[in-house]
Amino acid sequence: MEHTITTQQVKFKVFRFNADEDYLPYYEDYDMEVTSEEVVLDILNRIKWDHDGSFSYRRSCRHGICGACAIKVNGRSTLACKESMNDMVELFGNELVIEPLSKKRAVKDMIIDKGDFWEKHDAIHPYLISDVEEHPENEHIVTPEEAEVLNDADLCIQCGACHYACPVVEINEDFFGPAAFAKAYRFEADVRDEAHVARLNELQAPNQGVWDCAKCFECAEVCPKDVNPIEKITKLHQMLFTEGVAKSNVATRHAVGFKHSIMKNGVLDEGGLVLYSEGPSIVKHIPVAIKMFKKGKIVPPWGITKSDNLDEIQKLVKSSSTAKF
Amino acid sequence: MEKLKYALFTGCTAKQSTPEQMMSTMAVAKKLGIELVELTEASCCGASHLQDYDDFLSLVLNARNIAYAEKHGLTMVTICNTCQLNTAMTKHRLDENPELKAKVNEKLAEVGLEYKGTSEIVHFLYAIIDDIGLDKIKEMVVKPLSEFNIAPFYGCHNIRPSELHKKDNPYRPTSLDDLIIACGGKNVDYEEKNKCCGFHVELQAPKTAAILTGNAIAGAMDGNADMMVTPCPLCHLKLDTQTGHASEAIGRDVELPVLHMQQMVGLALGCDLEELGLQHHLVEVNFI
Repeated sequence: MEHTITTQQVKFKVFRFNADEDYLPYYEDYDMEVTSEEVVLDILNRIKWDHDGSFSYRRSCRHGICGACAIKVNGRSTLACKESMNDMVELFGNELVIEPLSKKRAVKDMIIDKGDFWEKHDAIHPYLISDVEEHPENEHIVTPEEAEVLNDADLCIQCGACHYACPVVEINEDFFGPAAFAKAYRFEADVRDEAHVARLNELQAPNQGVWDCAKCFECAEVCPKDVNPIEKITKLHQMLFTEGVAKSNVATRHAVGFKHSIMKNGVLDEGGLVLYSEGPSIVKHIPVAIKMFKKGKIVPPWGITKSDNLDEIQKLVKSSSTAKF
Repeated sequence: MEKLKYALFTGCTAKQSTPEQMMSTMAVAKKLGIELVELTEASCCGASHLQDYDDFLSLVLNARNIAYAEKHGLTMVTICNTCQLNTAMTKHRLDENPELKAKVNEKLAEVGLEYKGTSEIVHFLYAIIDDIGLDKIKEMVVKPLSEFNIAPFYGCHNIRPSELHKKDNPYRPTSLDDLIIACGGKNVDYEEKNKCCGFHVELQAPKTAAILTGNAIAGAMDGNADMMVTPCPLCHLKLDTQTGHASEAIGRDVELPVLHMQQMVGLALGCDLEELGLQHHLVEVNFI
């Protein structure tokens, strides 16, 4: 079959900012003819080579492995060297906005200060902690089955696409973020790692840890290597329980509370769940609860319509439960 | 045309904190000539929290819910984004993994049920768009919402992960926008329409949750919206009942009437305001 190269006209609105000179960022327009063969990085190169030599961005391998060239196109985190221009135009149309991964961290054009990313990466001890003999007699063999458990967490190239797509990272500067969690899982799931419980304990720290994930799935969506960070965060949640180190807090009680509610009614008892999760702190919800009650939005425990065939559900909860708290 | 018939998985909120969601679903189904068989045997889906504690239990319970839809030989329709995510995710995992499916079925056999994988699981939003069609809905509109700028709020769990949902592109979703237009309204484009409302961290990270809610409403307000519309009752709870916390968190008074997707369609199709449950909202819908 003959391979044809098509071209189309695209208008790029490109974020420009030099922290040393500019008070505020601005956008510069570039009209360019783009071919179906090009990736986003080709456009960045052409802007620099053909239009403005001062245009700055990070690049290195051009093969989707160094993680340097992640930027945002129309708000979507992407690895510039891997993303086809055709796909971008198909998705967003003929006007594309090119921005750094995080505008508030911009240093020069596409280049950001990724310091917070690396600090969080360091904080989760991203290495194998194992008390190995200096002169071991045997190899420490990891079976294919054991390696499989990593679930591609080891494919992360630290490009930061998920970290700067995470809405919680944007709001809460203490939150470790999806990349750090995926990396932590990579070692938590490694049979040779001995820091297991110690690292897990750090990962459940309030405000920083896994329980502050908002479950929006942005990280899974943007990852250019299909690491699926939120899946790893869920596995870390589960590990906290299976290892028996989950601290009792509003988030862990919330997860467990669903089981109690389902056991009792099949369906949820919304008020009962909040009470179980919050304990005495439930008082802070009272002002909104009163407003909701007045609008018929709160059903008392005795008013809940239980699931039909509740005995089936109760039997299954008893026989299928695998976790303890 | 044969009458459309689905198995309805109501989820828990529609029966408790968002009764208007249940009311408007039934009212719209009636107008559109859809028969809904309510799965009264269904349990809670675990709301994306139970599986953090007990993954296997969550799979078994969701498989049981699906098994009931299969018994009816019907497509399961959900009216909550998170129910959709949990149920569709369970289906996806069981259909991909025969070993896991066998394990789950071993448990279900204890209560005389079996998960086969024969029922599709679709959110009501996509069911009416795909099976009734936007053109048909447009034809049926008797009270076009032409005076209103309506801001769609998609909710995460109906669009992400896209690998699972496949209906809307999460970076440029169009279904709800198209539905607004079919109802005669003007769709508002704004940055937060496909972002997170913060519902799932409300208890453990109230500040994060309130900022996310505040940003969403503020985005819609800056887009000159008269109201927002969402297919998810959990997003609705955040956007409608948490405006006080949201305003405080972002340092700006934010508030907009928020319609459930079914209420918007119901209004355009000429349903009574009462049967759409508008009286249950905290932010008054007083301009209709």
